[in-house]
Amino acid sequence: MPELTLVKAVNKALDEALSLDDTVVLLGQDIGQDEGVFRVTEGLLKKHGPSRVIDTPLAEAAIIGGAVGMAAYGLKPVPEMQFSGFFYQAYHQVENHVARMRNRTRGRVPMNMVIRMPYGGGIRAVEHHSESREAIYAHTPGLTMVIPSGPRSARALLLTSILKYPDPVIFFEPKLLYRAFKEDVPDEPEYLPLGKARVAREGKDLTLISYGATMRPTLEAARDLKEDEGVEAEVIDLLTVAPLDTETIAASAAKTGRVVVIHEGHRRCGIGAEVVARIVEESMMHLEAPIKRVTGYDIIFPYFSREAPYLINADRVKNAAKEVLAF
Amino acid sequence: MPRKKLPVKTKVEYLSILDEQGVPDAALDPKLKGDKSLYLYRLMLLARRMDERCINLQRQGRIGTYGPCRGQEAAHCASGIVMEPDDWVVYAFREPGTAIHRGWPVEHAMLFWGGFEDGCRVPNGVKDLPLCVPIASQVPHGMGLGWAMKLRNDPHCALVYLGDGATSEGDFHESMNFAGVYKLPVIFFVQNNHWAISIPVHNQTASETIAHKCVAYGFDGIQVDGNDPLAVYVATQEAAEKARKGGGPTLIEAVTYRMSVHTTADDPTKYRSEAEVKTWEQRDPIHRYGKYLRKRRILNEALEQQIENEVQGEVKAAVERYEAHCRNVDPSTVFDHMHAELPAELVAQRAEYRRCLVQEGVLKE
Repeated sequence: MPELTLVKAVNKALDEALSLDDTVVLLGQDIGQDEGVFRVTEGLLKKHGPSRVIDTPLAEAAIIGGAVGMAAYGLKPVPEMQFSGFFYQAYHQVENHVARMRNRTRGRVPMNMVIRMPYGGGIRAVEHHSESREAIYAHTPGLTMVIPSGPRSARALLLTSILKYPDPVIFFEPKLLYRAFKEDVPDEPEYLPLGKARVAREGKDLTLISYGATMRPTLEAARDLKEDEGVEAEVIDLLTVAPLDTETIAASAAKTGRVVVIHEGHRRCGIGAEVVARIVEESMMHLEAPIKRVTGYDIIFPYFSREAPYLINADRVKNAAKEVLAF
Repeated sequence: MPRKKLPVKTKVEYLSILDEQGVPDAALDPKLKGDKSLYLYRLMLLARRMDERCINLQRQGRIGTYGPCRGQEAAHCASGIVMEPDDWVVYAFREPGTAIHRGWPVEHAMLFWGGFEDGCRVPNGVKDLPLCVPIASQVPHGMGLGWAMKLRNDPHCALVYLGDGATSEGDFHESMNFAGVYKLPVIFFVQNNHWAISIPVHNQTASETIAHKCVAYGFDGIQVDGNDPLAVYVATQEAAEKARKGGGPTLIEAVTYRMSVHTTADDPTKYRSEAEVKTWEQRDPIHRYGKYLRKRRILNEALEQQIENEVQGEVKAAVERYEAHCRNVDPSTVFDHMHAELPAELVAQRAEYRRCLVQEGVLKE
């Protein structure tokens, strides 16, 4: 099994999707000749040609709206938004059409489309390049919101989203992790069901729930808690944040009785709020302590000079875990 | 360095064939065959009678707000009949005649404006997208369909309808730009009906005409008399032929007039004069076309009456089908098409909704 970075794993999934299904089309700004600003699409234009890997003019709404036409025709477009901060210029296409088309045509015109984009902070980028706004899309009926946490899950979830999932997927790639670490990624295509969370680490004392880039500090905190305090934390990686895997979340909360939810996105109406609501609905009688959220604050994401201390780290997760354990 | 006038290579034309008295320009008259001519006449009349019926249904509370097409029958029907089954059509929301031509049941508009998603259920085998309310947001879809056809070497074309108001939206300009860059087989068909609710077209744009907007995107445009079915037909036919042969997009501006309200929730006396409306009554597309067909001896009084009866019968039958649909709807079917396979949380929500409906007596167990 080769060891790949997340950026290479996404590249592998795109390459495989293009090879396995000739209706798959990649489109976006600078994805062809330039091979993507993060080099996610490296080698793909050369290998698959300009009718499969398309450099577009700079217009997000036409990229997504054009992809709606392609999907209606029967292609599987995989548009890239260069950064999630520019996706808003196509938001009306997502809200009014991508998310609604299957329903409004009573199933006649499905939107088999995966909209990929890098999200999140930590790379000292200029304004508008660091946000985590997954809650917007998680709140939109008709969309499936997927966020991998490492190379292997990124490859499998992306391949599943493109080839095995007939509905529109918003696919957030944690750009902080693009080159942060490597994982073994199987040679043969691997698929992971959407809507299913993963128990990343088993434990009995408390449950840490996260996804995407903040899975790293969360897992680091779980290791430290074990080494320093002998606490066995269970860690859940949501992988799909909408729809949520209530069963896995509620079962773990019922088992440990103590929960911390961690994400970089804003707290108010964030994914954590939904996770907490589900736990309260399903497992409240098992709770031993109030649930804590370790999240981004409800402020504009700081410009990069003040970004590093703002990012969630293992210490903040541990502190919250200790408070929940001490209750 | 020199200052000079830059050449403009794109072509912007004007075309009118049939005058208000129904007299054609003999050289430009496409002389459609008798059956095709009658088909178009019948389609325009059907669109008008259906439209009138929908206004009545709204007034009686049997459908909701309705957006009529009165006065625009030539613009949309005569362009619509150019489209072949393997071409694609993308609607705004004043093109019921085209939709009927394409195979939608007459009652689809009643269903949509009557508050049922079923009005957007694209009939099997019909290469259309359903009508679209958010202004101009359908334009990229027409462009994308043309894009897909080009990628797949499919020798057909896409036609997307929009209004004059839509030409102010970014989606229109972005789509025109993409279509120009990739030379896509797309027809951008603007029904300039002079009014975007209360905003007259001269407040919508400073362009000389809407057709001129094609110049910025590097392809040709044509303004036609939109109440002249022959001009609309010829311009659309030429644009379609060009697109199917790889010649790229065309912008067509059909100059017409919204004879009725924007929707039944609108009161146009607040913003436009009766005199203006009266002027346009003289240009009615159906009367004009009827006169022309009588002169060509394709239509006569008896045939006109026969078509009138048939059309009214079709509308009546459509209303009956619509109202039968109203009586037979399970409200919980609103969940059915959210996803190919409902996720667990929606299965649970649907069950919860059904329990409420049973409790409230709306549904039986």
